[in-house]
Amino acid sequence: MTAVAPLALPTLPAAFQQSNVDYLAILPLLIVFGTALVGVLVEAFAARERRHAIQVTLAVVGLLAAAASISVAAKHQGLTMGLTDGSSNRQLFALAIDGPALFMQGTILLMGVLGVLTMAERFGGIGPDAFTPSGASTPGSATETAAARAGALTSEVFPLTMFAIFGMMLFPTTNDLIGMFVALEVLSLPLYILSGLARRRRLLSQEASLKYFLLGAFSSAFFLFGTALLYGYAGSVYFGDLSKAIAAGPLAMNGLLLPGAFLVFVGLLFKVGAVPFHAWTPDVYQGAPTPVTGFMAACTKAAAFGAILRLAYVGLDTGRWEWTNALVLVALLTMVVGAVLSVTQTDMKRLLAYSSIAHAGFILVGVLAFDRKAVGAVLFYLVAYGFSTIAAFAIVSLVRQNGAEATHLSQWAGLGKRYPVVAGAFAFLMLAFAGIPLTSGFVSKFGVFSAAVGTGGATGTVLAVVGVVCSAITVFVYARVIVLMFFSDAPDDAVEVVTPSVSTTFSIAIGTLVTLALGVLPSALLDLADRASQFVR
Amino acid sequence: MGTLVQTLASSPSTLSTYAVGLATHEGEAHAASGVTAYAWLLVALPLLGAAVLLLGGRRTDKFGPLLATCLSWGAFVVGAIVFVAMLGRGAGDRAVGINLFDWVAAGSFKVSAGLLVDQLSMVFVLLITFVGSLIHVYSLGYMEHDPDRRRFFAYLNLFVAAMLLLVLANSYLLLYVGWEGVGLASYLLIGFWNYNPAYATAANKAFVANRVGDFGLSVAIMVMFFHFGAVDFQTVLGAAGSNANQGFMTAIGLMLLLGACGKSAQFPLQSWLGDAMAGPTPVSALIHAATMVTAGVYLVVRSSAIFEAAPTAQLVVVIVGGITLLFGAIVGCAKDDIKKALAASTMSQIGYMMLAAGLGPVGYAFAIFHLLTHGFFKAGMFLGAGSVMHGMNDQVDMRRFGGLSGAMKITWATFALGWLAILGVPPFSGFWSKDKIIEAAFIGEGWRPWVFGLTALIGAGITAFYMSRLFFMTFHGKKRWTDDVHPHESPKLMTVPMIVLAAGSAFLGLIIGPTGLFTSWLEPITGAEPEGAHPVIPVPVLMALTLLLVAGGIALAWLRYWRDEVPATAPAGSLLTQAARRDLYQDQVNEAILMRPGIHLTRSLVFADSKGVDGAAGGLAALVGGTSSRLRKLQNGFARSYALTMLAGVVAILGALWVMS
Repeated sequence: MTAVAPLALPTLPAAFQQSNVDYLAILPLLIVFGTALVGVLVEAFAARERRHAIQVTLAVVGLLAAAASISVAAKHQGLTMGLTDGSSNRQLFALAIDGPALFMQGTILLMGVLGVLTMAERFGGIGPDAFTPSGASTPGSATETAAARAGALTSEVFPLTMFAIFGMMLFPTTNDLIGMFVALEVLSLPLYILSGLARRRRLLSQEASLKYFLLGAFSSAFFLFGTALLYGYAGSVYFGDLSKAIAAGPLAMNGLLLPGAFLVFVGLLFKVGAVPFHAWTPDVYQGAPTPVTGFMAACTKAAAFGAILRLAYVGLDTGRWEWTNALVLVALLTMVVGAVLSVTQTDMKRLLAYSSIAHAGFILVGVLAFDRKAVGAVLFYLVAYGFSTIAAFAIVSLVRQNGAEATHLSQWAGLGKRYPVVAGAFAFLMLAFAGIPLTSGFVSKFGVFSAAVGTGGATGTVLAVVGVVCSAITVFVYARVIVLMFFSDAPDDAVEVVTPSVSTTFSIAIGTLVTLALGVLPSALLDLADRASQFVR
Repeated sequence: MGTLVQTLASSPSTLSTYAVGLATHEGEAHAASGVTAYAWLLVALPLLGAAVLLLGGRRTDKFGPLLATCLSWGAFVVGAIVFVAMLGRGAGDRAVGINLFDWVAAGSFKVSAGLLVDQLSMVFVLLITFVGSLIHVYSLGYMEHDPDRRRFFAYLNLFVAAMLLLVLANSYLLLYVGWEGVGLASYLLIGFWNYNPAYATAANKAFVANRVGDFGLSVAIMVMFFHFGAVDFQTVLGAAGSNANQGFMTAIGLMLLLGACGKSAQFPLQSWLGDAMAGPTPVSALIHAATMVTAGVYLVVRSSAIFEAAPTAQLVVVIVGGITLLFGAIVGCAKDDIKKALAASTMSQIGYMMLAAGLGPVGYAFAIFHLLTHGFFKAGMFLGAGSVMHGMNDQVDMRRFGGLSGAMKITWATFALGWLAILGVPPFSGFWSKDKIIEAAFIGEGWRPWVFGLTALIGAGITAFYMSRLFFMTFHGKKRWTDDVHPHESPKLMTVPMIVLAAGSAFLGLIIGPTGLFTSWLEPITGAEPEGAHPVIPVPVLMALTLLLVAGGIALAWLRYWRDEVPATAPAGSLLTQAARRDLYQDQVNEAILMRPGIHLTRSLVFADSKGVDGAAGGLAALVGGTSSRLRKLQNGFARSYALTMLAGVVAILGALWVMS
């Protein structure tokens, strides 16, 4: 039994008096974690030739079941996994099951399904096409086939993905800094491994993995140091205590609070690829296997922004006016650097990486509006951007030359004339990234910018204007891709679009359709996001 | 208003009252009933055509163009029926709102996608569907041998749908959708023959100029939302008239004007229109003469309540219009490419409309009236130019034309009617609209009527000169044809639309101008013409002066381009001629201000120039590109540098926080 009302602190239901785990509230989390564990067992016991099919089915079914169970969890909202300290009436709960958390969980689960389906693409081969079964062999060579025959399959990517999804779902749900750190690591570690498993351009992939790991560790250190400072300030790591301590705290302690808050944010901003913590993004996006990149770009960003929202709106809420300056600076830098740098990119995956940086900046503008409506706008943005991104990266993985992905922009010339459907879908997604009306991109940009202008004050207006200018710059980039595909002549050694299996086709179609649907009829999701925008404290 | 939004956000009960409040407010525009309720078909029919042709692919090659033409006529029929129904109601009941669906409903921010069918939008609907359908017919002949004509008709239908959405939208947000849609269609059509790299560049240039304009429009919408808490016409324009903060109104007005300048090729965003002539000629006629480029005028007239609350913005509108009308006229005098000369003339004529739209209630009706007559005669002349090109192996250099009146009788006659109309010779259409604008420009006090009036007056004289020059060089004087051409009249599919448009150029003005039909029709929207407003020069004198100037222009052109021999290659010409030939150095100015500073930085670009952001069009983009390639060097691939970047970022921001607190 739980309560959503944020102001109901003094008269809590009796059930909160002692250690309490509401298993139905955390059912989605449990299902995903359970599926991941079963996946590990499948790796150990299932016959090799059937493993791929079993793993994919298991992952998809698990994700869908978890998504369905969100409706159960939605009836059990509130704080859970912890207790209310009887003497001081402090609430020590590790998890907050509320609107934003469940909305993010559902989003991550559904986008995760599309991610898993693109990762499962085999193009008729033995294992997933994007992943290497043996790190030292040439793609398509006899050694590789031998390695695959000998059992060096890569179906372990599915349990790894499930663990990552579990971490991502946990991330925006945690109600204290330590829990948040654990979730951060749980989601990151599988991603480090997945990034290094690319079958082609292997050195690039391994380098990307290592870089991601090193820089991720570096940012985790910042997060922990910030946590220590905040603990020093508030004497607790729970967001509720933190918020109260800031409300009552003396100004003299700002020396602990401000750096602490910012350093914790550094850890989170690193994950969304905000400037100046973005340097890993293009390298990792380019190096990682393309389906993993799409999955990362959509789901990690959603999870990390969920966490940023909770920290900003619940944990640091009352003392926000001083530390927001840092985030405003980061948001400005992120938009400008992301937009400007995307102009000179010559590699499709790097281009999308910088585009994702710019989008992170736009979403931050929404976060900084500090209003309930802004929360809804940010949640909507994450869904819209995530689905478009997964579809875009899935299409990138289909454009090939001699079997390898053709990611150089010049290789995409004239694609529209030879493959009008695929190029048309990609062009549509580009329009969505550019924020042209009748795509989800327009509604989401309009949502965050108008929230910023409406409630963000002068700072919000400045941010929104910079945002509009930056999105005008990025329009060049996307238009260039469209022009290249449709108005340029194909080079002699033209690339081909390989025919994907049902699963990849499904993800591309769903991603594109969602992009269209959210542009034409966004009301349903806007409504849902709006209703889900209330945090429990 | 800002506080209202916040109270709304916090309390759901106020929300419902707000909705009720809105509902009563909408009482002004009546709910749709009868045939008017089907006005959505106007947009749906051509959109359906575009969808069928684009998705159907090669299978629709055979019947596609015909289907597109029929659907466009279908839209015209719907428009005509709705128009007749509207005539059947009293003047006060003619505006009708049609709610389609709740487009965005997030908390307090509600936008319903709906149409506003009123007198103003109806004028546009009839113009767009009628001229648009005629041009569809013409294109059946003109594009007959093009292998990609299905795609062409799909884009044409897409354009008609988007343009109708633009003028029928009941909110700025939905208008913006149409606005982007026509931009997209225009971009696709300018670059239709994209195998020619120069044409693709032209498409890009149009794209860039339009983006700058669109930026203005989107900022205007955001400021509107911030200030009024809504973006629909009813609320915004209603509030603008009563309790508006003048600073905000000026900001919104100027941003709207920026949008209008981009779309309507007004100074300083005019440079794209000449290059846009790279598209097929029917496109130039429909999009870059009759309809899309006039969207800016529509926007200004539709937002008249905002501009009236912001006199500064209104003055800027007049100044922009005045500059553009002279600019286009001067450029038009020196162009030898028949389509570019017509484009310069379009620019100049839209300058007239813009000027009229900025004059307030004395000018609104005439701005729209001139827009309507201009839609007929300019589209007719563009089709005529297309017919000439058709007979002359697609040549466009007027120095190689001459004496075509014998070879192409129908083209000559229809073009002549358009020519007389644009000159403002009574009783042809242009006289009734342009002369009224000149009169309106002379109304006022102080220096304004003299400056604006004389600008409009002198513009009329120059117009007479350059249009006569164009007409004489093409159809009269000695034949200067290249050896391989055999001019011949165009097929019926092409000449019939030209004849219809020429009939409009000749009589439309006479029918609805002096009879007062048009001004009284628009009166509920534009407001009554103020009583006792007289030009500073008496009207008969003004009229005589105008006609004298026009006659002078024709005579000068006759001397130089009919009586005298026209050299087949352009002579060096005076400094002014050279400047006018090069669009008064517009590209050079753009280059010097926006492009040069960035260009040396872009040398290291591996890719960008040739394919996307390029040349004079992408000056600003080149600057961005330059900065981009510099920043890019920071991305060197070393994890240690990345970590250092992060550390430096953390230290710098912490330092900044320290200083700020």
